[in-house]
Formats: sequence, structure tokens, C-alpha cells
Amino acid sequence: MDHAAVEAAIASMGVALQALLERRQIAAPLMVGIHTGGVWVAERLHTELALADPLGHLDISYYRDDFSRIGMHPQVRPSHLPVTVENRHIILVDDVLQTGRTIRAALNTLFDYGRPKSVILATLAELDGRHLPIEPNVVGLHARLETGERIKLTGPAPLVLVRGRAPAKTALKTHQVEAAP
Amino acid sequence: MSHANAHDLQLDPAGHLKHLLTVEGLGRELLTEVLDQAEGFLGVAQQAVKKVPLCRGKVVANLFFETSTRTRTTFELAAKRLSADVLNLNIAASATTKGETLLDTLRNLEAMQVDMFVVRHAASGAAHFIASQAAPHVSVINAGDGRHAHPTQGMLDMFTIRRHKGAFENLRIAIVGDILHSRVARSQIAALNTLGAGEIRVIGPRTLMPAQVESLGVRVFEDLREGVRDADVVIMLRLQRERMSVALLPSEHEYFQLYGLTEERLSTARPDAIVMHPGPINRGVEMDTQVADGPRSVILEQVSNGIAVRMAVIAMCIGTQNLRGQDAVGDLDD
Repeated sequence: MDHAAVEAAIASMGVALQALLERRQIAAPLMVGIHTGGVWVAERLHTELALADPLGHLDISYYRDDFSRIGMHPQVRPSHLPVTVENRHIILVDDVLQTGRTIRAALNTLFDYGRPKSVILATLAELDGRHLPIEPNVVGLHARLETGERIKLTGPAPLVLVRGRAPAKTALKTHQVEAAP
Repeated sequence: MSHANAHDLQLDPAGHLKHLLTVEGLGRELLTEVLDQAEGFLGVAQQAVKKVPLCRGKVVANLFFETSTRTRTTFELAAKRLSADVLNLNIAASATTKGETLLDTLRNLEAMQVDMFVVRHAASGAAHFIASQAAPHVSVINAGDGRHAHPTQGMLDMFTIRRHKGAFENLRIAIVGDILHSRVARSQIAALNTLGAGEIRVIGPRTLMPAQVESLGVRVFEDLREGVRDADVVIMLRLQRERMSVALLPSEHEYFQLYGLTEERLSTARPDAIVMHPGPINRGVEMDTQVADGPRSVILEQVSNGIAVRMAVIAMCIGTQNLRGQDAVGDLDD
């Protein structure tokens, strides 16, 4: 999916988020993007919604449920939450939602920084294949994938959604930089 | 003991870190990975809950045959911040704790499903011996063995230098004091050489220099002022009285007269030079209080950095153990 379509999807997410915030009467939410793709999407949405507080960055590496299977993630960037999450309404942003495991890890990460008042989940792309009971509040686009296919956001500019084959039955090495699809 | 064996032991067949026994023989890429991972773990201290779940359900045993406060507590805190359970065993140092008794201790701990031993011992090679005898699923980290190595101290010093100075290429680093007895100096020199430091200097009396010290890839100075001239980093070492079996020094007073770091003597170093010390400091012996508490001192920062570096090493070793015999595919959305 090309750059223009991605930007259009993000714009529609902005409109939907604005409506949701009004409906819930949330005046000053705190936006947090998940490294790396989620941060790119969140940067756009943060501008779109003209939020006062700076954008937070969340790295979920230490909360992943696959450490016991694949070891250390090679590229850990420290999480950066410039404003306390305690008692705040959070908009959590990610690029792709499929299994829901990343969001489970992100929620656990977030809660180790404090107790938010609420969390809204906004994802650019939503796919079938949930492993966990996690659903987004705002979605840019719904995608259908063939078995073994994956989708990945490349960026930071231009933002493009790329389809590719999932690495079949090959072990992810800790030293291996995340393979491009 | 052959050091080549230590290198072979430390890595799994794919080159992942399994034990950390010595910095020697580890490549620049791996040392850089330790530093990069530590950078990530530094952020955990900013969380309201200063804990991440990486090593939940793992058991780390601190096996200290030699006393230690800083190293043991920071290893304990590092393991706890990774959510591991920690056993502290302070085994009094004695010549008879080696050999069969030591192996019995190991087997008993293995029977308690311990995943990692953090070992400090007065005998050089003790951690290597334990790693060679331990069950395959157990990792060993050397927390100081005799005069041989103290790799996590060496790495936390590299981490502190990198955070202040960036790249190592153009740095002049002066290591001052009792080089002869210092496992810290050995690990620092090995790490600095691997990371490509510009110039490594050792400064101290000849009686406290190892034989053929130049072969370690360092420049030797006997005069402190000359040695710290234009240095970017000045590392002071502790005088290890407990390891001196013969009188190598006339007196601590005289040592301070010649090798004690004062603001005045530091004036020939670069204006932005940092001063480091692995602790514990003997104030008035290795350095003046003004220097220890002065603006260039990063001594307390070294302690905080030590937690992050030890978290990195523990997590990397346990991560490697988790990989054993796995054929896993990640299914997170990334």
C-alpha cells in the first residue's frame, strides 16, 4: 500500500480519534507510540490532533512473551515517557495489530510507569489472527492476508505498508537484524 | 589454565554469550552489544516499577567466596530488576573451599534448579573452573577471580566512558596505581584494546607493575603528572593491600605523595577529563577527597551504570540459554 493511502488512513484515524475523545469527554490525552512503526504513526497523529503534551515512546522488548523462545531482542531503544502516565488518558498507537501480543506487552510496560486513567488503542492496520482478547478502538484500515503472509510498515518517510512472506520455520537469531519482508 | 579454553567456553556455537568469564577473546561486536543493551536497561531505573519481567522464574545464585559489597549488591539488584530470584551465598574464603567441596556446592545448587552462578573468588581461574564443571543449562558470570579478571567491572567502566566521551578511537586513557594486583585493570585494558581506544597508559611504581606490562598494549609511566597529561579519562585503582604478600610499598602516606590524585596533579589532564575509581576508595591514599567528590568524578555514576551493565550480561546469558535447541518463530506483531 503506497504512501498516499497510508497518509489517508492516518488522517481518517485522526478524525475517528477526535470523535472518540469528544464522546468520552477527554480533553488532554497523552499519546504513546510503540517502537518503531507505532512511533511513526503516532508522530503524524500527534500533529493531526495538536496535542499539548509531548509524544511518548514505548519499547516493549523487556515485556515480550517470546524472550524464553528467541532470547534478547537486538535493537532495544529505551522507552521515553516525558510526562507521567499516572491518572492520564492514554492513546496507545501501533502500526499493525494481528496477534495482540505486542499490545499485551505494551500495556504491561505502560503500567510499570504508573496507573493510567484509561487506554485507547489506535492501530494503522488491523488483521485477522488474534491470539488474545484485544481489540482496537480506532483503525486506519483492515487488511486480509494469505496464510504465511505478513505486513510491515516501513518508514519513517515515506510511510509504506509492505506485504511479504513470514519467515517459515527459521529461527529468529538474536543477532539478526529484523528481516525486511 | 589455558585462556583459549575460556574463550571457547564463553560463547555458544552460534557466537552468543553463554558465560562471561573474561573480556579477553570477545570481539568488538559482542562488547558493543553489551554496551548497547546496557543503554536500554538504564531506562528501567526511570520506571515507577523498577523491574522488567525478562528473567521471571530464573534463579541466580551469587557465590561470593571473597567479600564484596558493591559488586554483590549491584549483581543482586540487577538480577532482581530482571525479575529473577536471587540466592546469596557468602562462603568464607579458605583454601579448602576449592576442589571437591566446591563441586559439591555446585551440584547442590544445580539440584535447586539454579540457572546462573555469579562467582567471586580469590583464586584466578575459579569462575572458569566452575563454568567448565557446571551443567549445560547453567551460565556463569565472573564477578572477580584473583588477579585475573573482573569483566563486568571492565564493561561498566567502558559504558561510563562511552556515555561521557562517545567513541573510543581518539581517547587517551590513564590507569593509575596497583596494576600488578588489579583484575579490574586487566579487564579494562583488554576491553579498551578490543574497542579500539586511542592510547592506553598505565601509571604506577615499578613494584606494582606486572612483568612485561608493555605486552598488554599500553604505555608505561612512573610519573603521575606525565602520565595524566592530556588524558581524557583517568582511572584510579584501589591499593590491594590484602593481595600483597610482601612489602611492595614503603607506606600509604608515601604512595599518596607520589601517586595520589589531587586537583593540582589533575591539572595537566584535558579540561573535560573524567575521573573514575572502581571503589571502594581509600581517601587520602589513591585520591584526595576534593577529587573524589569533585565535578570531574563519575565514581557514583559508575555504580548506577554497573546495575545496567550487569542486567545486560545476565539477560544476554539467560537469553542464550533459552535459545538452546529452539526452532522458534516470533509471532509478535512486528
